[in-house]
Amino acid sequence: MRGLNKINSRAIPLLRINVDTDAIIPSREMKKVSKRGLSEGLFAGWRYLSNESRVLNPDFILNDPYYREAQILLSGDNFGCGSSREHAVWALHEYGIRVIIAPSFGAIFYKNCIRNGILPIVLNEEIITKFDNGNININLEEQKINESIKFEIAVADKEMLLQGLDDIDLNLKYINQIKSFEKIDRKQRAWAYL
Amino acid sequence: MSARTLFEKLWNDHTVCQLADGVDLLYIDRIFLHERTGSISLISLEDAGRSVLNPEKVFCTMDHIVDTFPGRTDKTTMQGGRDFIEMTRKATNNENIRLFDIGDREQGIVHVTSPEQGIILPGLTLVCPDSHTCTQGAFGALAWGIGSTEAEQALATNVLRMEKPKSMRVSFDGELPAGVTAKDMILHLISKYSASGGVGYAVEFSGSAVKSLSMESRMTLCNMAVEFGAFTGMIAVDKKTIDYVKGRPFAPKGELWEQAVQYWEDLKSDNEATYDKEIIIDVTNLSPTVSWGTSPGQSIALGEKIPSPNDFEDKNQRIAAENALSYMAIKPGQCLRDLKIDAAFIGSCTNSRLPDLRRVAKLLKNMKVASGVRAICVPGSTEVKLAAEEEGIDKIFMDAGFEWRESGCSMCFFAGGESFGFEERVVSSTNRNFEGRQGPKTRTHIASPETVAASAIAGRICSASEIEG
Ligand code: SF4
Repeated sequence: MRGLNKINSRAIPLLRINVDTDAIIPSREMKKVSKRGLSEGLFAGWRYLSNESRVLNPDFILNDPYYREAQILLSGDNFGCGSSREHAVWALHEYGIRVIIAPSFGAIFYKNCIRNGILPIVLNEEIITKFDNGNININLEEQKINESIKFEIAVADKEMLLQGLDDIDLNLKYINQIKSFEKIDRKQRAWAYL
Repeated sequence: MSARTLFEKLWNDHTVCQLADGVDLLYIDRIFLHERTGSISLISLEDAGRSVLNPEKVFCTMDHIVDTFPGRTDKTTMQGGRDFIEMTRKATNNENIRLFDIGDREQGIVHVTSPEQGIILPGLTLVCPDSHTCTQGAFGALAWGIGSTEAEQALATNVLRMEKPKSMRVSFDGELPAGVTAKDMILHLISKYSASGGVGYAVEFSGSAVKSLSMESRMTLCNMAVEFGAFTGMIAVDKKTIDYVKGRPFAPKGELWEQAVQYWEDLKSDNEATYDKEIIIDVTNLSPTVSWGTSPGQSIALGEKIPSPNDFEDKNQRIAAENALSYMAIKPGQCLRDLKIDAAFIGSCTNSRLPDLRRVAKLLKNMKVASGVRAICVPGSTEVKLAAEEEGIDKIFMDAGFEWRESGCSMCFFAGGESFGFEERVVSSTNRNFEGRQGPKTRTHIASPETVAASAIAGRICSASEIEG
């Protein structure tokens, strides 16, 4: 995974609450055992007038040509709630989204973002609705939007995104601790081991 | 030692070490996979040249994609579904992972099968790339849903890097009125405190009403913790928990059983333990609750009127209500009871266990599903199905006009195969009423199995007490 730091792009205002992962990618769009080929299905229920014809719905904000190259998505409370499907994040990433700004996120979705090179930013609704439709400038290293608005992110999550790190490599650094925990635990909770 | 909550006990006993910045390395005891999101973890792990560290602690089932028609095979109504099934079989075989396959007695919806087989036990951590893994917190365990990439992490390293959520206690106090169930309790909680009310919290359900619930109903309650936005839900261990687990195929035996029980008896919050947030709900006045909108938070008691967007102070809630009313084709002020239905569905990891089916069978006996209503029952596991058949429950369902299916997730969600029709109104014992959840433009009302059965008979949404006369 390539690291992520600075993004300067238009931001798609999908300003509604509780956008669930079924809406981000409907189940019917997850046709193969693969992480790829999913962007066609992104927001399929809203993006197309009909599922069969795939004619674009002109009223859906993603279809506005003004936002075609946008890498930032703005949304409402509880974005990415619902099903744990990581396909939602894979589809967003493949479509080109690198940053999502919302007042809050579904917990599993948030983590899935960090692991797949998308920066989820938690920001007050008042600030989100005040962005005009020009470019937004994100700097992850400095944790700043448009050079003035500070945002919070856990240090570990930030490192993962900046360096494009892999979980497994990170955990394996602690393999000795894991092994010695297991050794003691196998005695204390012998019943827990199969 | 200072007083600790159940959640703290579970968390601490699994903490391998604390890393910088509030991140803990948490030990994972069991990993469950299914063919839809689990298969991809195994395949992606293999592609990266890695393997599963302890295959004996990993289990896999076929539940999401498989058809539930009688006589099913690997072929699926969902286009490309066969691929998921075959790849899952191959990958689990390569990694020596136990698979509950089509035709096996143990096959079923992961959150039904796992407790049934004694795979989840009190005091364990269990993860699964499925958001309703919180169901299994009913056993005094830490069980939660993760993404597929996180599943790879757990499979390859036995640990997950985690930030500790805050703690919340939701106490349901008082005695539940007759005909009101765990499903109504959880829908009430979510409608009152919103679908994001639990975000950031590990929620412990307690109080006299929870204590009096069966293990199966406790699972119903914990199942929808994720619909409350919570990290997970859990319930303290008591005698019911231990009795349920005893003798299950993968539960400890002999001396190990004794050791386990000793450990489990402490799996409750200490009296003086404190929580970051507390909610208290008096259940004595609860009544059957049904969703009217497209989020579980948009639910009301059956007697209430459908709200108007103007009833919501918050602008976002207002817009959400407008969208939901239009999607569901209903109007403010209408009564749910006046809504005619096209279909009724009993199944899913929320409400498809033997006691659920028994309660429904009691209602359905000598009754008929209203004409024009398609009614389907999908037992949660093959075990449940066989046990129900032994009691003759299948006959009661079929005599009433229900389809009786093989176990699986089935039409709890639309995978691209079978669905309820366009704009059809469905009353469903499932957990999600999102737009399109059960099929393109399908209108889902979630409710208890009792309410679903009663509605099927009446042909419109109604509670069991109405048809019992
Ligand atoms: S029954 Fe429904 S909610 Fe439960 S695991 Fe299956 S698809 Fe998910």
